[in-house]
Amino acid sequence: MKNRSLVSITDFSKAEYLKILEIASEFEKNSYQNLLNGKVVATLFFEPSTRTRLSFESAINRLGGKVIGFSDANTSSVTKGETLYDTIKVVCNYAELIVMRHPLEGSARYASELSKVPVINAGDGANQHPTQTLLDLYSIKKTQGKLENLNIYMVGDLKYGRTVHSLLMALSEFKANFIFISPDELKMPNEYKMYLNKIGLKYQESKDINESLNTADIVYMTRVQKERFSDPIEYERTKNAYVLKNEMLAGCKKTMRVLHPLPRVNEIDKDVDTSNFAYYFEQTENGVYIRQAIIALIMGCK
Amino acid sequence: MKDNKLEVSAIKDGTVIDHIPAENLFKVINILRLEQIKETITFGTNFQSEKLGKKAIIKLANVFFKDSDINRIALVAPAAKLNIIKDYKVVEKKVVEVPDEIQGIVKCVNPKCITNNERIITKFTVVDRIKIQLRCHYCEKITDPEHLDTFR
Repeated sequence: MKNRSLVSITDFSKAEYLKILEIASEFEKNSYQNLLNGKVVATLFFEPSTRTRLSFESAINRLGGKVIGFSDANTSSVTKGETLYDTIKVVCNYAELIVMRHPLEGSARYASELSKVPVINAGDGANQHPTQTLLDLYSIKKTQGKLENLNIYMVGDLKYGRTVHSLLMALSEFKANFIFISPDELKMPNEYKMYLNKIGLKYQESKDINESLNTADIVYMTRVQKERFSDPIEYERTKNAYVLKNEMLAGCKKTMRVLHPLPRVNEIDKDVDTSNFAYYFEQTENGVYIRQAIIALIMGCK
Repeated sequence: MKDNKLEVSAIKDGTVIDHIPAENLFKVINILRLEQIKETITFGTNFQSEKLGKKAIIKLANVFFKDSDINRIALVAPAAKLNIIKDYKVVEKKVVEVPDEIQGIVKCVNPKCITNNERIITKFTVVDRIKIQLRCHYCEKITDPEHLDTFR
């Protein structure tokens, strides 16, 4: 993985996912390792994302690296009309790695082709967010002890949610059994269902979150976003129909865990937070170890 | 009978592109950059065609295309047939083939794609040759024939 960019989850192989997970668990045991030894990493956030940026910057700092960059395009020369081309051509002279979040889809792939240093995609519009997927895999492995043959329930916005698409692609390498629960407007797109058919994996679709979650190993919740609906009344009705409550988890496997890429609005009731099933805050901690592993591998220090 | 009519205005040497859907004639002209060619070119459009409804024909004197160039029109004229003319005779017939990758030519359907916001040459992988499904190399979204728009 040395000197390679990470733009899409499919850029890396199954063996490489597992290698990243293995290195992440090393960082979990011993997070502060001065492997970057003062090397400079640029974090270019053309749109704000507090959690992802802080997670990356925490990972870089724990590795002994130095961070330069911006957290909002308004404080960069984008406001003067600079193109992404020019920004990347300049910044790759200042840093040995670029971490980038950008509102336009495909921007990370484009940047990786322009830059002489590797680029890690920290989210390009609604397209890809591969480090989120890897931290999801890590969280699943850690809580279930394995990645193979798990029952994965995906709930909420399955149409526009980039995290569920990337996670589906990654988990399909491990023979997952998928259950998709969403309103009609936000169903899993056909191209992903066709892909599962092609590789011979099973999936079920449902509109009803109240159906039994008893067989679930993982319930992956996503936010139903207001801007996805043309009819505001439909949104109000839908958002309350896909709320996970503690009482719904009564018959679940003891080992089942609820994941969420966050931020959450109301789709997981607060009463779930204190149950043993909640794992979404630990999930964010895992994100730091995963990003340490990815950075260390790309920089060739692991 | 049709063939006889074509013979009347026949070219000595060159290429005849037949079976172009009439509505896509100008896209074909753009894709092949015919405005840059100085030789004699004859266009005919809205001919009756059993297969296409209305078809267009382009005749180019002294012009011979490379396969890689002519295949670029496969997206807008998948049924196009080429007659290569030497000394008034058809010496070769060719059909177009949809290539595996397409550079330039097509715009990405996704308004939020970086290629629609900065000056970038588009690049697509053809994921389905029959239904013409193009996956953008950058934003990974699919552009299909219904939304296919070409650069001028």
